[in-house]
Amino acid sequence: MSALLEVEKLNVIFPGRGGETRAVRDVSFTLGRERLGIVGESGSGKSTTGRAILGLLPHSTRITADKLMLAGQDLRHLSEPEWRKLRGRRISMVMQDPKYSLNPVKSVGWQIEEPLRLHLRITSAEAKKRALTMLEAVQIRDPELVYQLYPHQLSGGMGQRVMIAMMLITEPDLLIADEPTSALDVTVQNEVLRILDRLVRERGMGLIFISHNLTIVSSFCDRVLVMYGGKVMEECLASELTKAKHPYTRALIASVPLLNQPRAKLATVTRDPAWLA
Amino acid sequence: MASMITVEDLRVTFTSAGRPFRAVDGVSFAVEKGETFGIVGESGSGKSTILKAIAGLIPFEAGKLELAGERVTEARSRPQRRLLQYVFQDPYGSLHPRQTVDDALREPLLVQGLPRADETIAAALSDVGLELKHRFRYPHQLSGGQRQRVAIARALILEPPILLLDEPTSALDVSVQAEILNLLAALRKARGTTSILVSHDLAVVAHLCEHVAVMRGGKLVEILSTPALREGRVQRPYTRQLVAASEGYAQQS
Repeated sequence: MSALLEVEKLNVIFPGRGGETRAVRDVSFTLGRERLGIVGESGSGKSTTGRAILGLLPHSTRITADKLMLAGQDLRHLSEPEWRKLRGRRISMVMQDPKYSLNPVKSVGWQIEEPLRLHLRITSAEAKKRALTMLEAVQIRDPELVYQLYPHQLSGGMGQRVMIAMMLITEPDLLIADEPTSALDVTVQNEVLRILDRLVRERGMGLIFISHNLTIVSSFCDRVLVMYGGKVMEECLASELTKAKHPYTRALIASVPLLNQPRAKLATVTRDPAWLA
Repeated sequence: MASMITVEDLRVTFTSAGRPFRAVDGVSFAVEKGETFGIVGESGSGKSTILKAIAGLIPFEAGKLELAGERVTEARSRPQRRLLQYVFQDPYGSLHPRQTVDDALREPLLVQGLPRADETIAAALSDVGLELKHRFRYPHQLSGGQRQRVAIARALILEPPILLLDEPTSALDVSVQAEILNLLAALRKARGTTSILVSHDLAVVAHLCEHVAVMRGGKLVEILSTPALREGRVQRPYTRQLVAASEGYAQQS
């Protein structure tokens, strides 16, 4: 199977007055049509990696890579118009909080149709038909009603489904989901994951699932990258995350309180500067 | 033994767009001295509202609300106000950005007119695992975990018999959460403080508490002992659903 996305030695450097910040260091991975989880704490570079793949970082950022290929297309030296053709069409991104990432003054229908208007030449009747089908696909009970609503009239879970609908309507090859369920209640979380899971499987997409939640990543994804300080500490099968070898991964796992087994004292993470050497 | 906190038929009503909304609807429970009592629920279940009512921060009606055996209403006397302290969810929002750690810790001492503030502040810092070098820093010079330690130090500096914890670790990374949970467990052991911990995370609540109340839509679904919760001996379908959801995503094949 040919890889959908190939990343080799990706480096992201933010210049600043106090010196440079190396947010992503030598990150390499390949992604097929599968679910890849990226876990790490705040500041580990997981979101920056996702944004670099989408070309969403500010212009001042220095991004270098030996290889950054999406289905055979080199992403390293794209111009802004070329990026615009790609974003929303072949790669899309679901963000953490629908409250902030949906446009508050545009209706749900308008926002879901926007990628269609930008990328495909279709009539508005056809666009509406597709938007309603998509709303149904994300299990919204009354698509006709929700189509006319504005974001403030939606609950968190509904807003996140609308965002997923908007991102998947152009049937992209790659979906990057950056903490898509962190702002949601646990019971709603699982519904949203189920919808993502089904759509990704049915449409044969690749999914990069960025999260700080080890439980969700290990139960939802196929493979996991563990990041710390901008570097990949370890890559393993999600089902084998509990058998992880790297001391950082092991410490992270041991620091989470568990419902089914009491832990007298939680382990704290001792960080070894050698990990970033 | 008398309970430290007794809540009977607590009701909180907000008015939204001219219509009354019952955020907490007839909730009753009791917390023994030295116990940590957990309240879990999803957003809008009324769990934080209960804490605010107990703290006297919002108007409420109740059949009975007793703190340390004394009946209280929304209006509190100075000694009654000393009975409890509050730790909020967001360590970024709950510290004044232009006050140093020293200012934040000194204020409660000034309000209560206590002597020997300097020594008390130094002791409070070391109790929560902060160093003296942190004393004159501003919140933006501290990490999230350090800020939450300051918030805990501020709550504990008056040595209140009751501590109200509103999602104290939700804004923190798991490794930092572990440090704060360990700190709370150690402080409780050293001081015998009675506390109520509100969280949406069942595992966090089970880690610190003896009893857990499950809330939904302003009503109390059930109160469980932690062993019963861990072993899945739950009565209500909603609790079962919460437990299942917190175990991660169930793959469909």
